[in-house]
Amino acid sequence: MSTTLDSVQRIVAVLIKELIQMRRDRTTFAMMLGVPIMQLVLFGFAINLDPKHLPAAIYTEDNSPMVRRLVSAFEHSGYYDFVSVASSPQQGNALLERGEVSFFVYIPAGFTAQLVQGKRPQILVSADATDPAAASNAIGRLDGIIDNALRTELKGPLAHLQATPSPVEVVVHAKYNPEAITQYNIVPGLLGVILTMTSVMITAMAMTREQERGNLENLLAMPVRPVEVMVGKITPYILVGIVQAVVILSAAHFLFSVPFFGSLALLAFGILLFVITNLSLGFTFSTVAKNQMQAMQMTFFFFLPSILLSGFMFPFRGMPHWAQTIGECLPLTHFLRVVRGIMLKGNGLEQLHGEFSVLGIFILVFGTMAMLRYKNTLD
Amino acid sequence: MKPQPEHNELAIDVTGLVKRFGDKTVVNGVDIHMPEGRVWGFLGPNGSGKTTTIRMICGLLEPSAGEGTCLGYNIRREANQIKLATGYMTQRFSFWEDLSLRENLEFVARLYNLRPRRTVVDETLEKLGLQHRQHQLCGELSGGWKQRLALAAVTMHKPRLLLLDEPTAGVDPQARREFWDEIHLLTQQGLTVLVSTHYMDEAERCDEIVYLAHGELITQGTVDAVVRESRLITFQARGKGVRQLAPTLKGKPGLEHIAYFGSALHVSGKHRELMLQSLNPSFQDGIQWEEISPSLEDVFISLMVDAGVDKRAYE
Ligand SMILES: Nc1ncnc2c1ncn2[C@@H]1O[C@H](COP(=O)(O)OP(=O)(O)OP(=O)(O)O)[C@@H](O)[C@H]1O
Ligand SMILES: [Mg+2]
Repeated sequence: MSTTLDSVQRIVAVLIKELIQMRRDRTTFAMMLGVPIMQLVLFGFAINLDPKHLPAAIYTEDNSPMVRRLVSAFEHSGYYDFVSVASSPQQGNALLERGEVSFFVYIPAGFTAQLVQGKRPQILVSADATDPAAASNAIGRLDGIIDNALRTELKGPLAHLQATPSPVEVVVHAKYNPEAITQYNIVPGLLGVILTMTSVMITAMAMTREQERGNLENLLAMPVRPVEVMVGKITPYILVGIVQAVVILSAAHFLFSVPFFGSLALLAFGILLFVITNLSLGFTFSTVAKNQMQAMQMTFFFFLPSILLSGFMFPFRGMPHWAQTIGECLPLTHFLRVVRGIMLKGNGLEQLHGEFSVLGIFILVFGTMAMLRYKNTLD
Repeated sequence: MKPQPEHNELAIDVTGLVKRFGDKTVVNGVDIHMPEGRVWGFLGPNGSGKTTTIRMICGLLEPSAGEGTCLGYNIRREANQIKLATGYMTQRFSFWEDLSLRENLEFVARLYNLRPRRTVVDETLEKLGLQHRQHQLCGELSGGWKQRLALAAVTMHKPRLLLLDEPTAGVDPQARREFWDEIHLLTQQGLTVLVSTHYMDEAERCDEIVYLAHGELITQGTVDAVVRESRLITFQARGKGVRQLAPTLKGKPGLEHIAYFGSALHVSGKHRELMLQSLNPSFQDGIQWEEISPSLEDVFISLMVDAGVDKRAYE
């Protein structure tokens, strides 16, 4: 009587029902596609902006051709616009403090002489770090700008100075996130964030809806087992997750030109694991929540630390130890490492098998929890 | 017509069923021994535990105490077998309102693995007379049609036992009659039906009734037996001035309860002498008094009064 075939048949029954309901539920359907697109546009474009032509001030105590060459290299990079020449280091810093400039570049006396002697003179760059994201690109380019400029100057007898380390020491006076947030970092991260939010919420809601509308009593009175209900209900949402992933990855490629160094198949596998993790978590939530409202609240309660402590918003290694510990317990943290590793660093299974295993463990834990909590009775 | 099945097999055989939610005992030691092929009515005031008892019988709630079988299957351990062989119609409409009639029936047909599915669903729709509306969403149906759909859906897999929880609440009289004709038709085919209701006319159509109050089984048997065993004496008053009579009689010795039935007033109690004494002042012109055999409703009101304070107010 309880053959596998019967079981599959019942799973299909639940699955078809879910698909029909999903299609009818316009708001949820709109949310499933609308939320990723909206977040992509908001996060992607707002943070993706690579701010250029930032106002800068300069003060040089050395006026050699070499220094003039350096200054024009700053300007040519497109990031620094020298809008003001300071009369003293103090005045330069004051300009920065008042927010009139974003950068203050200070080239101390004897720069050229020390450079020629190979003594690695300093260039002091102070940056307005109130918006680290805004300043980070300009700062990130500093070494490149200086090296490029000096390469053209240090020729002939000075050519030996081109060797590494750089002939100049750049001292940056700004506290900013070491893992500079760039569009490349944000868009793959968004994939994880969007999948977390929609998958957890949609399953939690779909389950509690049955409870709220009294359908659960009917479902329980029919010969369908908890596992069958869970598989039947979750599968359609795996499809939804895949569609979302395709949308986001296409946007990453065509809209934001995010590079892709790793294996697409491996990423697809990672996405599948991650979606199932979130769906089983959503299912677990639904066995605790009494109604859709509570399911929603629980989703957000989970979503907030996910966004803040996973390394999406702030560099993971820059967080305090306790925050990192919490972060390690969130599926998103591990997925971010997978997606960023594959897309940006070209990581393969050798580097990522640890993260994959953790995602697998999450599925096991959440799945078991859901099955234990999902009762076959109304008690 | 098939012959009536022999009544030695018990469809429902439960003893000492108890259900507690927290420290509240909702069902308290209910015994039901119901033979196959019968229609039994399940009655009792709101909150008396009818729904809870039915849920325990079909394995939807685990009894806090008590044992028993349903269709020969243990209610604690063999819920899956029970579910395959029973049809349970919930008190609140519980099919999917965002699915069409056809989609709901197909879902049920798939879960019970009914073949050929198309034909089964088509036949069910035809019997319901709802083929032309099969693609309409259930949420758009009127209350009466929802009930009919639900009955059709829970009988589709040809269950041996039907548990119907107030199946006709809010259904018009004509539809109620049809509903009951259908139920009697099904029992002639050997089906067993336990149906909860608040309607007296429906109770009178049952082979036997079971009456619950505050989670306890108060009485059970045929309608006649229940009326007889109540030992209730009822006087009926008609005529001019009856409307003003009730307040003057309330609280007098021997008059256990007083209730209007249409334009008539029924006064019931158990001690004839005492009652006559109390009624004497109202034996006046224009009012005709008459002793009648109590109606089922008189009996139920009296049972409710006997069972203690009316707890419905704070439930
Ligand atoms: N899950 C639950 N948790 C707590 N109390 C419950 C629960 N289910 C039912 N009750 C309580 O049990 C009592 C009996 O409820 P039940 O639904 O069985 O009554 P009923 O006889 O079906 O009433 P009605 O005629 O109104 O349908 C009620 O007081 C109700 O509040
Ligand atoms: Mg009830």
